[in-house]
Amino acid sequence: MSYVPETDRRRVETLVDMTIHDATGIAARSRARVLKRLGRGDAVFRAITKASAIGVLIVLGAIFVSLIMGSALAFQTFGFDFFVTESWNPVTENFGARAPIVGTLVTSFIAMLIAVPIGLGIAIFLTELCPPILRRPIGIAIELLAGVPSIIYGIWGLFVFAPFMQEYVQPALIGAFGNVPVLSSLFAGPPYGIGVLTASLILAIMVLPFISAISRDVFETVPVLLKESAFGIGCTTWEVIRSVVIPYTSVGLLGGVMLGLGRALGETMAVTFVIGNAHRLSTSLLAPGTTISATIANEFTEATGDLYTSSLIALGLILFIITFIVLALARLLLMRLEKSAGS
Amino acid sequence: MAKDLRKYGGRRRTSTFVLGLCWLASGIGIAVLFIILLTLVYRGVGSLSTLVLTQDVPPPGATGGGLRNAIVGSLILTFLGTAIGTPIGILAGTYMAEYGRHARMTHVVRFINDILLSAPSIVMGLFVYGIMVRPMGHFSAYAGAASLAVLVIPIVVRTTENMLLLVPDQLREAASAIGMPRSLVIRHVAYKAAMAGMITGVLLAVARISGETAPLLFTALNNQFFSTDLNAPMSSLPAVIFQFALSPYERWQDLAWTGALLITAAVLTLSILARWLGSSGVKS
Repeated sequence: MSYVPETDRRRVETLVDMTIHDATGIAARSRARVLKRLGRGDAVFRAITKASAIGVLIVLGAIFVSLIMGSALAFQTFGFDFFVTESWNPVTENFGARAPIVGTLVTSFIAMLIAVPIGLGIAIFLTELCPPILRRPIGIAIELLAGVPSIIYGIWGLFVFAPFMQEYVQPALIGAFGNVPVLSSLFAGPPYGIGVLTASLILAIMVLPFISAISRDVFETVPVLLKESAFGIGCTTWEVIRSVVIPYTSVGLLGGVMLGLGRALGETMAVTFVIGNAHRLSTSLLAPGTTISATIANEFTEATGDLYTSSLIALGLILFIITFIVLALARLLLMRLEKSAGS
Repeated sequence: MAKDLRKYGGRRRTSTFVLGLCWLASGIGIAVLFIILLTLVYRGVGSLSTLVLTQDVPPPGATGGGLRNAIVGSLILTFLGTAIGTPIGILAGTYMAEYGRHARMTHVVRFINDILLSAPSIVMGLFVYGIMVRPMGHFSAYAGAASLAVLVIPIVVRTTENMLLLVPDQLREAASAIGMPRSLVIRHVAYKAAMAGMITGVLLAVARISGETAPLLFTALNNQFFSTDLNAPMSSLPAVIFQFALSPYERWQDLAWTGALLITAAVLTLSILARWLGSSGVKS
């Protein structure tokens, strides 16, 4: 080691000391800067995500506000009569929502009456009866069909199903029930093909995959142990389904059915093609009728005058409130199911 | 003993009978759904040719023509709707699964979102008519895309939240332990782990809106001519199907069937792709 004068050595040491000190200082400072920047980025990202979540709530609020503002004129003009008046006359500008409201409820009710038993049948078939090899393909096919756009069901209904109804089903119904006291009024009038019954059936076909898929999912939550115990004490397959599977899943099934009902109530295109758009209430299911969504779809772009447009928006508001209630109930039921399944 | 056996025979018969009804219900239900698809192919294939892709919709009563403007319009509207709705949906879903997992607001948003998920699409059309078409004074592709975006958001929110909740918390904790700030943990760890599921959600949303008709009827309206002007009415396949199917002209009706076939094929392809991606994501 060569000789280094004492003073120089001290000087070098100080220099090294200073450099090290400075370096840690710079590192600390830059790290603080980076952390601050990251922290800021964190806060910004958090704020953006939160704003988006609030945005979902705002969308719902905005829908309500926009519909209420749009329908104000109609409600001011007609008041409560809007709900009970049957007349829908663009010429005299006298509008009432009774026919579309009743039409919406009746078509959805009939559709559910048909789709729920068949949908449950398919769900039971898929969970209990189907050969295992076919279970997945059929299940997937039904789920895929649940995603087919409703206009497809509409165009099929118009070109294939309505002529079929006119040619075969409706004359048969008129012939069979024409002389039965109450039923004759349900199946009165000429077979147009299109009408309330045809629309209800199309609606049933459309919600069928949806109800089947959701009921199957619900059925699959039943513990195998429960079913096997029931089989073990000698229950037949049907008794297991009736006394174990369905009671166990009743809340979920009800929720699923309500979801299906929510869809049916708001469904537009499948119905618009085949309902006939007549603002006339008829006791006959074969007569043309209308629903809220079909009325809006058919008439909105052709509506002239503020009152006409406003009345259509008022119909939209009524539809939104009805479906909101049904869907909210459905979600509450399904949430109860999730909670009980989680515990 | 014999009485019990007789009783058991009765119960067996009941069971067989009801299960037979289930077979019947499945047979009828599945048959009807397949008849619809078969009719669609049968009626739609007739007019399916390259002309459909290269020519615009014909005038009333004319022969020939295709669906070019409607197809392009549908692509533009679907793309814009997805492009607007997806970021909002992903960010909202991120808040619900990451920052606000236990917040009260998350429960409220989830509840409202689930309702919006199944709310009638025609109401979304009325909503966008009220906030865009009326103030702007005319129908436009912008309004059409906005109404589709409103439909995209709930689907993407739902899948994003569910997929992020599936990401194991250990991954997040490991990333946090090496000093990553939360936003980077979410973007570089959680998003990456949930990527397949989130893309599935977007694909499902695209599938859903590509066949939507009702909200477009009074937002984007329809257009007989080829147009890429976003500030003007734009044609779309569903709107053309609606108009043509209800017309008395045979060529228009044929084109409506072809359009319906195209939409169904697109929707089914997207759904299958989404399923495939979703299932492959779970495995890895």
